[in-house]
Amino acid sequence: MAVEQPLATPAGDQSRIHDIGYRGYDGPRLGRGYARLSLYSQTLRGSYGLGRSVKSKVLPMLLFAVMCVPAAIMVAVAVATKAHDLPVSYTRYAIIMQAVISLYVASQAPQAVSRDLRFKTIPLYFSRPIETADYVQAKFAALASAMFILTGAPLLVLYLGALLAKMDFAHQSKGFGQGLVSVALLSLLFAGIGLVIASITPRRGFGIAAVIAVLIISYGAVSTLQAIADSRGSAGAVPWIGLFSPVTLIGGLSAGLLGGTNTFPGDGPSHAQGVVYLLVVLGVIAAAYGLLLRRYKKVGL
Amino acid sequence: MVQVTTFDDVTVIATESLSKRFPRVTALDRLSVDIGAGVTGLVGANGAGKSTLIKILLGLSPATEGSAEVLGLDVATKGAAIRERVGYMPEHDCLPPDVSATEFVVHMARMSGLPPTAARERTADTLRHVGLYEERYRPIGGYSTGMKQRVKLAQALVHDPQLVFLDEPTNGLDPVGRDEMLGLIRRIHTDFGISVLVTSHLLGELERTCDHVVVVDGGKLLRSSSTTDFTQTTTTLAIEVTDNDEHPDGTRAVREALAARGVDTDNDGGGLPGAGHILLLTAQGEETYDLVRDVVADLGLGLVRMEQRRHHISEVFTDSDEQRKEAAVHGG
Repeated sequence: MAVEQPLATPAGDQSRIHDIGYRGYDGPRLGRGYARLSLYSQTLRGSYGLGRSVKSKVLPMLLFAVMCVPAAIMVAVAVATKAHDLPVSYTRYAIIMQAVISLYVASQAPQAVSRDLRFKTIPLYFSRPIETADYVQAKFAALASAMFILTGAPLLVLYLGALLAKMDFAHQSKGFGQGLVSVALLSLLFAGIGLVIASITPRRGFGIAAVIAVLIISYGAVSTLQAIADSRGSAGAVPWIGLFSPVTLIGGLSAGLLGGTNTFPGDGPSHAQGVVYLLVVLGVIAAAYGLLLRRYKKVGL
Repeated sequence: MVQVTTFDDVTVIATESLSKRFPRVTALDRLSVDIGAGVTGLVGANGAGKSTLIKILLGLSPATEGSAEVLGLDVATKGAAIRERVGYMPEHDCLPPDVSATEFVVHMARMSGLPPTAARERTADTLRHVGLYEERYRPIGGYSTGMKQRVKLAQALVHDPQLVFLDEPTNGLDPVGRDEMLGLIRRIHTDFGISVLVTSHLLGELERTCDHVVVVDGGKLLRSSSTTDFTQTTTTLAIEVTDNDEHPDGTRAVREALAARGVDTDNDGGGLPGAGHILLLTAQGEETYDLVRDVVADLGLGLVRMEQRRHHISEVFTDSDEQRKEAAVHGG
C-alpha cells in the first residue's frame, strides 16, 4: 500500500514525506451522493463476498454457479441438437430456479442489513452526511442489483447460446428482453421482501430462516392450492391464488403481461389479470421501501 | 442564563435554552452554553443528558425548543454540513468483527465523502496516529478493548474533522489504557488541531485532559468553567508519611504541624489499606505542595505518597469544602 505518499502535497513539502506528524486533509469532500454510492458498491460487492472473508464468498458464488450451469447445459444441448428454440423460455427460467434465488436472498439480505444492526454500526453511518433514505436506497439498490446479476446472468448465457445456435434473432431478442424485465421486477420484489424481514432482526440466523419461510413456503402453499383449485374445477381461482406468493407473482406477471409461458395449472392469467399482478408487485416493492424507511427512522444513534 | 465562556475567540458549539423533552422525561432543560476551541469535557452522571446533547448537535434529533449551532451551522437546518465536518465516536461497540481495521476505516472515510485514494491514505495515517500498526490488517474480532477503542477513534478522525464528539472513550479500559486514551485525546487538539468534546462521568480524568469542563445534571447546566478554575478550588491532596523514632505516629505529627500553619486536614477513613495513615487536605495552589514538603522534611519523616485525589462528579454538587472532602473520602 502506498501509505506514506501524500496526494496533493505542495512542492515545497516534498522533503516531509516521511514526517510522521499529523497532516490535515484539504482535498475534496464528495458529500452525500458519493457516500450513498460507496455504500451501494460496498454492499453489492459484499453480496458476492468480495472484500470479505473467503468463507463468506463460498455460498453466493456457489449459488451463482448453480444458477448458470443449467442454462449452460440447455444451451449446449440446443446447439448440439440444432434445436430451433430453447427448451425453456427466458421468463420461465427464474421460476424453475426459484429455490436457488430464494436461498440467495435469504442468505444475503441479512448480510446486507442485519450485520449493521447487530454490530451497531448504524450510528457511524448516520453520524455522517448520509440520511436514512440514502442508507435504505443504497442497501435496497445493492441487493436488487446483486439479485439481478444472479438472475440475469443465466438469461445472458441462454441468449448468447441461442444466437450461437443461429436461432431466430428477433424472436430470441424479444424473449430475452421480456426475461430481463421479469427478473428485474423479481430482483426488486425479492430484495424488498428480504430486506424488510432481515432489518427486523439483528440475528442473522433468524433472518435467513424467516426469509426462506416467506419465500419458499408461500410458494409451496400457493402452488398446492392452485393445483387443488384446478383439479376441483375452479380453474378461475388459480390466477387469483397466485397473487399470494412472491414467486407466483412474478410468474403470473410474466405470463399475463410479458407474453411469457404460463407456469400455472390451467390457462394462466389473462392480460387484465397481468395488470393486477403488475400493480401488486409494484405495490409490494413500494411498501417494502416504505417499511424500511420507517424501520431506520427509529434506529438512529 | 447565558454564560459566555469562550476562549481563543472561537465558539465551536453554542446552545441557547436548548431543551429536549420526551413523553416521560426531560433530557435537556434550557441548556445554554458556549464551548470554544480546545478539549472540552462534558461531565454528568448516566442519564444526565450527555448523549441527547450529542445527538442534537449532530443534527439527528430535533430539539423541543431552543437552538444550537455547531461550527457556526444551525443544527436544525445544516445537519448534513455539520456531520461532514464533525467526527463521532459512540460509547458502545460499533465495529464488525469480520473485517480488518484498515478495510473498515477506509469504508467509513468514503462514507464521509473522501475519494478512494484519499480514503486509503488518510486511513493509514490515522490508524498510525492512534497507535495501530501491523494489527490493522487483522480482523477486528481479535482485538483487545484498547485496540477497538483506537479503531473507533480512528473512524471518527479519518476525515480530518474540525471537531470530534467522543462519548465515554475511556469506558472499559484498564488504568494504563485509560491514560493512553487520555493522552491521545489531548494530542487530538494539540497535534492535530481538532477540537474535542469528550463525555465522561468521571470528573477527575477530564480535569487532567480538558481545557474546559461543562457539568450537566438532569439536563441542566450545573457548571461551565475552565479546568484551571476547577483544580484551583477543588484539588484534594492525599498524603501518606512514614513514622520514625521521634514521631511514632508520623501521620499525627504532620497533621499537627500542618494545623499549626493553618491547614486543616482530614483522615481518610475509606477502609482501604493504609486507611488512617492518609491525610486529605485541600490544595490552594503550588504553595500547598511546597508547604507539605517542608513540613514533612522538618519532621524528618519520609513522604510515601502525595497525590491528587480523583474527584467524583458528586463533588460538584456539594459546595462547601467540608462536603467536598467528605465526597473525596467516599468517592475518591
